[in-house]
Amino acid sequence: MHVTLDGVSVRHAGATLVRDLTLHARSGEVLGLVGPNGSGKSTALRCVYRAIRPSSGTVWLGNTRLEELSPRESARTVAAVTQGNEVGLDFTVAETVAMGRFPHPARPRDAADSVESLCRTAMLRTDIADLAGRGLLSLSGGQRQRVMIARALVQQPSVLVLDEPTNHLDVRHRISLLRYLRECGLTVLVALHDLNLAALCCDRIAVFGDGSVTSTGAPAEVLTPETVRRVFGVTPDVVPHPRTGVPQLHYALDPENTEGNDS
Amino acid sequence: MLRSRPRSTSTGVGTRPELLPVVLVLVPVLLVSLFVGVALGPTVVPLEDTVRYLGAALTGGELAPDEMTGYSIVWRVRSPRVLLAAVVGAGLSVVGVAVQALVRNPLADPFILGVSSGASVGASAVASLGLFAGLGVYALSTASFLTALGASALVYLAARTSAGLTPLRLVLVGVALAYAFQALMSLIVFFSPFGETARSVLFWLMGSLGGATWGALPPATAVVVLAVLVLRRSGSRLDVLSLGDETAASLGVEATALRRNLFLLTALTTGVLVAVSGAVGFVGLVMPHLARLLVGPGHRRVLTVAPLAGAILLVWVDLLSRTLFAPRELPLGVATALLGVPVFVVLLRRSGYLFGGH
Repeated sequence: MHVTLDGVSVRHAGATLVRDLTLHARSGEVLGLVGPNGSGKSTALRCVYRAIRPSSGTVWLGNTRLEELSPRESARTVAAVTQGNEVGLDFTVAETVAMGRFPHPARPRDAADSVESLCRTAMLRTDIADLAGRGLLSLSGGQRQRVMIARALVQQPSVLVLDEPTNHLDVRHRISLLRYLRECGLTVLVALHDLNLAALCCDRIAVFGDGSVTSTGAPAEVLTPETVRRVFGVTPDVVPHPRTGVPQLHYALDPENTEGNDS
Repeated sequence: MLRSRPRSTSTGVGTRPELLPVVLVLVPVLLVSLFVGVALGPTVVPLEDTVRYLGAALTGGELAPDEMTGYSIVWRVRSPRVLLAAVVGAGLSVVGVAVQALVRNPLADPFILGVSSGASVGASAVASLGLFAGLGVYALSTASFLTALGASALVYLAARTSAGLTPLRLVLVGVALAYAFQALMSLIVFFSPFGETARSVLFWLMGSLGGATWGALPPATAVVVLAVLVLRRSGSRLDVLSLGDETAASLGVEATALRRNLFLLTALTTGVLVAVSGAVGFVGLVMPHLARLLVGPGHRRVLTVAPLAGAILLVWVDLLSRTLFAPRELPLGVATALLGVPVFVVLLRRSGYLFGGH
C-alpha cells in the first residue's frame, strides 16, 4: 500500500515543524528519511501514525484519506516504532508484544495464525523469545527497542513506520533489522541518522532540510558529497561498497570538511 | 511469589499467577470481614444475636421489644457503615488505578488532582459559616461534593492546552491548585466564629464513616460499580496508554480523549466518595500497587483485584478506628496509614516489584 503526504504543514506551539511537505512512499518500498536534527522527519512520520494531525494538507493511505479512518482502523494498516519509548508499568515482554493486537478484533485461539503464534514469530524474528517472561523495566534500551519492533510486527501492518529504530541496537541487531525491512515486503518509512545504514537498506531516500524535502532518489543519486554538504554542512568522501557497490560515506575530522560552526 | 504456574492465555513463557484463585480468596475474605465488621464494635452484641438481628432485618422476623437497641446498633448503625466502608475502599482503589494511568505516575492518588482540598473548602464553609443549613445532615456532603467538582473543573481548565491534557501538567496544576484550596480552607477556619470548626474540619479531612446511613449507600455504590465497569471495559486501552502517547497513537488509542474521559470519571467518583467519607488517604495510592504485586500490571486484572482488596482493608480499618479507643473514634486516614504502611512495605521488599524504572 502506498503512502502519500500531500502538501502537509504542521504548526505546533507557534512553530512550523513541517512546511508544505510532499512525500510519496511506493507500495512495498523502503523509503528512508534523512536530514539534520529538527528538519521535520519525525513530524512527517508522526502524521502517518497519527500522533499529530496536520494543520493543512492530506495524508493518503493508498487511496484513502487518513482522517476518513478511525484511529483503530488505520492502526490495522500502519504500525509504528516510535522514538523515546516511555515505560511505566512492568508488563512482561510477551504481554507487551501481544498489545500489538489491540487494533484488531479478537480471533479464535485455535486459528492457524493465532495471536500466540504471531507473537512467537515476531519475538523469534527480533531475537527476544528468550526474554518473553521478563519485565520491560528490567530490560536494556536495545532489548526494549526490539520488543517495540516485535509489537509493531504483531500488528500485521501493510505500512511500517520507524523513527530511528537502530537507536540503542548493537551492530548485529541493526543489521538484522535492516535486512528484515528489506525482505518484509511492507511499505516502510524509516527515519535514520546513519546515512550508511540508510544507503544499505533503502530503495529511495528523501532528504529533509528545514521542514520540507529537498531531494528524493536512489541512495546513489542522493548521497553525494554535494547534497550532504548542502544539507548537513559536512563534506564526506563517498566510495562504493567494495562488494555491493552501495555508496558509503566516510568522514574525516580536518576542519575543511565542516562548514561554519557545528551546532 | 510472582512465579507460580504459567497463565494459560499468556504467550509462551509469560508467568503471571492466575487471577481466579486470587479472586476466590479475596471474595470470601471480604464476606467474612463484612460480617466481623457488623458483629464487633464498642457495644458488645452477642454473636448469635447479631446473626438473628440480621436475619430479622433481611427476612422480616419478629423481635422482642427489649432487643430493639441491639437490633438498631447492628442494622441501623453498623451494617450501613461496614458496607459503606467496603464501597469507599473499593472506590478509592479503583480511582487510584485510574489516576495512576491518567497521569502515568505511580505516586498519584485520587486526591492528586485537587479533589480533596477542593472538597475541604466546601466542608469548612459548612462547618464555620453554616452554608446549606437548609439541607440538614446532607449539608456537608453536598457542599464538599460541589466544591470537589468545582476544584476538578478548575484543574482541568487550567491544565488543558491545545495539545490536550499532558500528565505532567495535570499533576503540576493539581498540586499547585491544591495549595490554593488549602489556603482558602485555612482562611475560612481561621476566621470562623466557632472554636470547634478547626477540629471538625480536620477530622473530616482525615476521613470518617461515622455519619454512614443507608441513604448514602445507593449513590456511592452506583458510582463505584459504574467506575469499575467502565474502567474494566477500557482495560486494554489503559494497558496501551502505559506505553506512552506516541505508541498509543500508533495503536489507535487517542491519549487525549482517553485522558479526558478518565479525568471526568475520576472527578465524579472521587467527589461522591469524599462526600460520604471525607478524604481517606493511602488506600487509593497503595491498593493499585498491591494489586499489581499480586496479579501483574494488566489493567483488567488490577481492576478486579484492587477494589476487593481495598474493600477488605477499609472494613478492617474502620473497625479498628471505632473500637481501638472507643468511645472516641480514630480518623480513618490515621488507621489506614498505621495498618497499611507496614504491610505494604513488607510486601514491597519481599518481591521484585518494579515501577517507573526503579
